[in-house]
Amino acid sequence: MSNLTRPNRRRFLGTASAALGAAATGSLWQPGAARAATPLTVGFIYVGPKDDFGYNQSHAEGAAAVKSMEGVTVLEEENVPESQDVQNTMLSMINFDGASLLFPTSFGYFNPHILELAPKNPEVRFEHCGGLWSEGNPTNAGSYFGYIGMGQYLNGIAAGHATKSKKIGFVAAKPIPQVLNNINSFLLGARAVDPGITCQVIFTGEWSLAVKEAEATNALADQGCDVITCHVDGPKVVCETAVSRGAFVCGYHADQSPLAGDKYLTGAEWNWAAVYTDMVRKTIAGEAIPNFVRGGLADGFIKMSPLGPANSDAARKQFEAVKAEIMAGGFAAIKGPLKDNKGNVIAADGQAFVETDVALESMGYLVEGVLGSTS
Amino acid sequence: MAASDHIVGRGPNAGARVFSGLMPRAEAVAIPLGALLAGFLAFSLFLLFLGKSPAEFYGLVWKAGFSSAFSWQNTLSRVAPLIMAALCVALPARLGLVVIGGEGAIVLGGLAAGVTGTHVAGPLGMVLMALSAMVLGGLWIGAIGALRIKRGVNETISSLLMAYIAIALFNHFVEGPFRDPGSLNKPSTAPLDAALRVGEMPFIAAHWGVAAGVIACVLCWILIDRTTLGFAARIAGDNIRAAQVQGLPVGPLVIGFTALGGAWAGLAGFFEVAAVHGSANASLIAGYGYTGILIAFLARHNPLAILPVAVLMAGFEASSGLIQRRMDLPDATILVFEGMVFIIILLSEALYGRLRIFSPGYWESR
Amino acid sequence: METVDIGLWGVPLAILGGAIRVSTPFIFVSLGECLTERSGRINLGLEGTLVFGAMSGYAVAYETNSAFFGVLAAAFAGLLFGLVHGWICKFKGVNDIAIGIAMMLLGMGLAFFFGKPYVQPVAPDLPAISFGWWSSIPQVQAALQVNVLFLLGGLLAVFMTWMFRATRVGLIVRVVGDSTDAARAMGLDPDLVRLLATGVGGALAGIGGAYLSLYYPGSWNEGISSGQGLMAIALVIFARWSPANCFWAALLFGGAGALGPALQSVGVTQGYYLFFAAPYVLTLALLILTSSTERSMQGAPLELSLTK
Repeated sequence: MSNLTRPNRRRFLGTASAALGAAATGSLWQPGAARAATPLTVGFIYVGPKDDFGYNQSHAEGAAAVKSMEGVTVLEEENVPESQDVQNTMLSMINFDGASLLFPTSFGYFNPHILELAPKNPEVRFEHCGGLWSEGNPTNAGSYFGYIGMGQYLNGIAAGHATKSKKIGFVAAKPIPQVLNNINSFLLGARAVDPGITCQVIFTGEWSLAVKEAEATNALADQGCDVITCHVDGPKVVCETAVSRGAFVCGYHADQSPLAGDKYLTGAEWNWAAVYTDMVRKTIAGEAIPNFVRGGLADGFIKMSPLGPANSDAARKQFEAVKAEIMAGGFAAIKGPLKDNKGNVIAADGQAFVETDVALESMGYLVEGVLGSTS
Repeated sequence: MAASDHIVGRGPNAGARVFSGLMPRAEAVAIPLGALLAGFLAFSLFLLFLGKSPAEFYGLVWKAGFSSAFSWQNTLSRVAPLIMAALCVALPARLGLVVIGGEGAIVLGGLAAGVTGTHVAGPLGMVLMALSAMVLGGLWIGAIGALRIKRGVNETISSLLMAYIAIALFNHFVEGPFRDPGSLNKPSTAPLDAALRVGEMPFIAAHWGVAAGVIACVLCWILIDRTTLGFAARIAGDNIRAAQVQGLPVGPLVIGFTALGGAWAGLAGFFEVAAVHGSANASLIAGYGYTGILIAFLARHNPLAILPVAVLMAGFEASSGLIQRRMDLPDATILVFEGMVFIIILLSEALYGRLRIFSPGYWESR
Repeated sequence: METVDIGLWGVPLAILGGAIRVSTPFIFVSLGECLTERSGRINLGLEGTLVFGAMSGYAVAYETNSAFFGVLAAAFAGLLFGLVHGWICKFKGVNDIAIGIAMMLLGMGLAFFFGKPYVQPVAPDLPAISFGWWSSIPQVQAALQVNVLFLLGGLLAVFMTWMFRATRVGLIVRVVGDSTDAARAMGLDPDLVRLLATGVGGALAGIGGAYLSLYYPGSWNEGISSGQGLMAIALVIFARWSPANCFWAALLFGGAGALGPALQSVGVTQGYYLFFAAPYVLTLALLILTSSTERSMQGAPLELSLTK
């Protein structure tokens, strides 16, 4: 970026937001009595449609909870690509509507888009979902994420009890750490029930591609997988196709039980309502939000769908027991002795990576028992 | 029209002559503008039908896209890839080729720029990045022209197929051989050095790609309108067989024009990587290539007309967010709006040469 | 569900099953476009028609609780889109390719606009006929679940082949497609013929969309089509304007598309993006092999703007 042009833009944006942005936004960050009377404007940005039964819907449900809070105006924009568009959307929310707290919820919004805008808009708070913030990034930006791998571990326990073929299936978008963690957790949960279970994974290469997701699900069913879960943006197609092939379904992102009926075992859901209302409450009260926020089941960041009717009593018992263990904290799905599916040792005997271990966030392997490859 | 009551023998005066000379140009401006208004009117009916206020809608489009320095920044920052993608359609179209796969050249251009950028440094490095993007884009679309000439493969279908293939290659390389191991949850090529990033222009706060796009359009206009090559291309575009009979080098013309179009699309990929994303990754696949097709057709494949059309399109898209937020309409509203307006503009092409007020004779006879 | 371990047989089976499951939208859109192009007009807007058909079909199926009415509604919506395109393009100076692209935008826009309330509800599916009763293997039975629309598409291809070859209607469409002047001399109204051909072509594309939302993948959302409508138009050129070839091209394309996921499921996991590109690579390779400068436009309607 040329240094010569920098001051220009900053000056320009400064005047633009002074002219267009509500004067209210400036005062929000100054202590004083005026704050209580100042409404807070919060912007939510989604990469896809907000009713996708999945990732975007989970965030939109969180936004809906914020909407019901007093003194808060909520702005929403859906289908915003991870391109120049999202920068323009954020600026538009800041300049036209006076937003001072933004939740750009897609992964690809962080680098370069939030990193580009945050220093130029110091009065605005950028909260990004995905956990990419690190020391040295702008201090008015932050990231939050949940340990949803634990949810997939619980999914795996339900799957382990339900599978007859001892083969379970996973439809995944891309082999990135967060997806790999979910796949591994799903299998390890199932192996906690029966160590002979294997998990077949198929990558579709895209976050949202209906026909390919359906084909992948069919290919899994053809190979005998009788419990299927997924990590794509909208699990609707995978759920419905799996059910049409007679397989059980474990949900992801949001509650898909209306789609799968009796075939729904359980699901790992986000619970952004709790996270968002808390952050907005903190902002209104003038408290600082940490730049790096994480939480799991115990913190209410994620939750499990109610257990479906197909779960056996044994499944329910083990599910609840492990859930209690996770709630207590310090639970590790990845623990030794454990190898990856190429034979490399991941965890020696006695070694464990608890759910909060940051090493898990750069996971690049599939554990033994997962049929598939990371590249 | 009261054209019949003119007085015979009253010769055209100087003023009328100037007027009649201007009329064909006035026609080229008045018809699209009139059609734009008609399109606005048609969409107003749609809004009224839904119980929404057209005045509020157009107020917001104006406010978000064109009213202030910030709106112009919002509009112009979207414009660069649209202009270059449109050139990738307009240039081959001059030879009668319908190329709809510019998206492929954009993503491959971005990939070339991103990969080159990890091996070079300094101002020269930036030039090399841009060149590699243009060369790969040019080869990709040029191959479509060559297939057409050498094997008679229809360029519309081959360009579409090759766009899908290009995206697959792009994904394969970005997530495989060229992936930066540090790009954990967003597979990308290695981040570009700060010195290789394209900055913003003074005053308008949009990156230099906009200026490059304007220059590209002017160059292409000169090529088509002011050179013998362009003249030959136009003849070939009207009738390829006749041009061949006349001994025009149709083969090199087709390959050259498609390759040049592809080079511009590749350059769009370069600017997306060097000015916006800072590395090549899947966010590059944003559909600019497809929007470019529409822009080129609306501009009737005239490179200079591409500029205002692209700005209009970008301004409409810039207003999408505000319309979602203020009017409680879905994001697809702007798609419906664009569809309606552009259909009516395209329909208005039937009016060229039909409206008598624009014919030179009408004014000379006054 | 009792499954049998079929191992590598999963791949050919997936290709067969995929060809049957995935090809139907391509069959309908390409047959519709084939009719339109044989009349001398090109409608590039069928992607928008397909998406709108998917939405309207799903919405009506949900509201009436009948997938059959959904298909009818999608066909009717497609007919309207086709008629609009056909009517606009009769004006001299209007470019049918450009109108098609703008119609694509409008169709998708309207579908997304009015489709928002129908993303969440679950509409009834179209019925399928089981042709796998002879086999005891569940995977074979699943692959041979054939939707009625697929069968109709096959019959339609046969019917259209016969129509172009042996009927007066077919002759009229062909004459209009080859020479506007000759058609006029025969006392035909080329604009009317093209209007109807575009309308019916649109209706077929609408049915193709209904298949997407009502059978496979069988739900409505904004990402339901990944360019099937645009690709199907390309398949018409690939098929050299022959309805029977359109059918086979769609099958080939659908089958090749199943290759990627199936190979991953049996352990071929490297470079899956390249396998996903198989249908495009295969089509392009066949296109290059079967083309030549001498007979590049063999079978092309002479009035078609795309190939002039």
